[in-house]
Amino acid sequence: MSTAAAHDDHHHHAPTGLKRWLFSTNHKDIGTLYLWFSFAMFLAGGLLAMVIRTELLEPGMQFVDPEFFNQMTTVHGLAMVFGAVMPGFVGLANWMIPLMIGAPDMALPRMNNWSFWILPFAFLILLSSVFMSAFGAGNPAAPNFGWTFYAPLSTEYGPASTDLFILSVHMMGISSIMGAINVIVTVFNLRAPGMTLMKMPLFVWTWLITAFLLIAVMPVLAGAVTMMLTDRHFGTSFFNAAGGGDPVLFQHVFWFFGHPEVYIMILPAFGIISAIIPTFARKPLFGYASMVYATASIALLSFVVWAHHMFTVGMPLAGTLFFMYMTMLISVPTGVKVFNWVATMWRGSMTFELPMKWAIAFVILFTCGGLSGLMLAITPVDFQYHDTYFVVAHFHYVLVSGAVFSMFAAAYYWLPKWSGVMPNKLLGELHFWSSLISVNLLFFPMHFVGLAGMPRRYADYALQFADYNFWISIGGFWFGLSQLLFLAVCVLCAMKKGEKAPARSWEGAEGLEWEVPSPAPFHTYDTPPVVK
Amino acid sequence: MSEQNLQQRNQRTLRKLIIWAVAMFGFAFAMVPFYDVICDITGLNGKTSTTASTEGPSQVVEDRTVTVEFITQRGEGVSGDFMSATRRVEVHPGEITLVNFFASNPKSSDIITQSIPSVSPGEAARYLHKTQCFCFDQQSLAAGERKEMPMIFYLDPELPRHINTLTLSYTIFDVTDRVAATNK
Repeated sequence: MSTAAAHDDHHHHAPTGLKRWLFSTNHKDIGTLYLWFSFAMFLAGGLLAMVIRTELLEPGMQFVDPEFFNQMTTVHGLAMVFGAVMPGFVGLANWMIPLMIGAPDMALPRMNNWSFWILPFAFLILLSSVFMSAFGAGNPAAPNFGWTFYAPLSTEYGPASTDLFILSVHMMGISSIMGAINVIVTVFNLRAPGMTLMKMPLFVWTWLITAFLLIAVMPVLAGAVTMMLTDRHFGTSFFNAAGGGDPVLFQHVFWFFGHPEVYIMILPAFGIISAIIPTFARKPLFGYASMVYATASIALLSFVVWAHHMFTVGMPLAGTLFFMYMTMLISVPTGVKVFNWVATMWRGSMTFELPMKWAIAFVILFTCGGLSGLMLAITPVDFQYHDTYFVVAHFHYVLVSGAVFSMFAAAYYWLPKWSGVMPNKLLGELHFWSSLISVNLLFFPMHFVGLAGMPRRYADYALQFADYNFWISIGGFWFGLSQLLFLAVCVLCAMKKGEKAPARSWEGAEGLEWEVPSPAPFHTYDTPPVVK
Repeated sequence: MSEQNLQQRNQRTLRKLIIWAVAMFGFAFAMVPFYDVICDITGLNGKTSTTASTEGPSQVVEDRTVTVEFITQRGEGVSGDFMSATRRVEVHPGEITLVNFFASNPKSSDIITQSIPSVSPGEAARYLHKTQCFCFDQQSLAAGERKEMPMIFYLDPELPRHINTLTLSYTIFDVTDRVAATNK
């Protein structure tokens, strides 16, 4: 595999058109591909969510049958987790990490190309089953067991398309592992002279730790789906009680992957927020070192909390207590982070440009989601909340108004660097306020219906939940449509329509990425900068 | 740092990380036996021993009565009856008790079944000793046969005081195809 240094020949003939993107080994091009792909998946997954909310607009069965509804919840979850959030962060890593550490490119550019180009095919395979289902092939044609694909729903009772799902998860896993390896090798070996580990921007730090998490748990996910595959077709019984296996084992293996996965989807967000808040508060980040240690402790703790997703399977008391205390312990380093962000803003010369608006919304709404997570961690309480809309509200607060909002913040923050023009202010403001109001209309009432006992993953509900669900659906449609404004913002930037951005696009911005012109030239930092 | 040097360092880091990823893939499979061992030790998930208990109870605790309930379920594809002769028994810890189960095969072909026990609360699984059980072996049912299957058990006199009721659940599975596949 050629290294970045061997590759930075300025005079080589750069391919144009489709070939530029297909064969690209340039971290900026690949980053762009990742980001567009992630946005496309965000819209596709959002479309499935619209089907869910349309059906739940009123009680009773209106538009789809329950079987199809189950496929919608399943594929919505998979597309958002593996298609939108994870590739979105990998795209940001590709674009920003080399710029932030003064490296000419990612360390393993060809592998970088490969890890992106696997993804569209993985999702083609997964989403093809939805199209088959929508056009009436097979019943059910798409995976219908929830994104957590618990055995035996996905083994004995799984539809034929489960095998498509398994193949696609394997491909996504390989792509993520390669992406993570690339990040680690780049950060370890390609830092500019003087860029010590403790001088790295926090986005690089959080991504480095995320990459280690990815390498630790994506193979476990691959193991879980491999066991499913052999259970389904090759006569093993890992999860089949009839043959001496245990379906509960599946949940342990899955959540051993699943909980670190949750942090894989939020740690890079912490890095983004830690870059944006100091810029617009015009103060250095409060407690840099404690941020690094907090991130590392969250990552380590994430390996010993997985069973809090399965309190109700019947664990010994000592087991539930252990997982409950460990889970609550995670709120300590997370609290450190929120404290540091607030302390950074404290007495800062704050201005509220678009990235800062998103970042502040992130801090507040993510903390709401964290708080409901703390409630869910309490075992006896969890018995009441388990698999209700309260859980749905919790993880959408941390994933949508957490991870996704942080990516919007990142996009508005770095779009000037990527495209050379400032994002359209009017559309951006509309997008922000519209999303902020609708996301709360969408997810906040879910807490109430959840506490009142509305179970998740059902196509229908009891009459007393009708009013709340009506407004939740309205919030859903509103939030979904608002994202078209963001599409407009991105398209305008891509077409270079807008105010020209200076190299340091934001007054208070610090860091190596602002030393290069906007838009960032195709090749940057051929000779490493010197970091003092 | 020369270019050659950097390339070597990248390769080295890459190799280490790939080894780690492969090891974690193996770890997923290592979780399977590890889980079984944990279940054995803690009685997690209410798994009872799969072999007959060879030693009898040390004593009978006459002053204590525990309710043992029986639940039977049919796994996918089993169409016959499967039930216990009694829904519940009151026993003293250490008292040896026999409970009969019945299974029938209404199909026109012979089937082989396997029953899987589970105890709730899981904590009690370690204290339930079976000297004989139809679940230790696969049971074959001829076409149209109705079979009586005895199960003899006693509760350990050491059963924790706070457990007054325990439920023993059996799920019966049709493993005919599975057996045929392994005998091929």
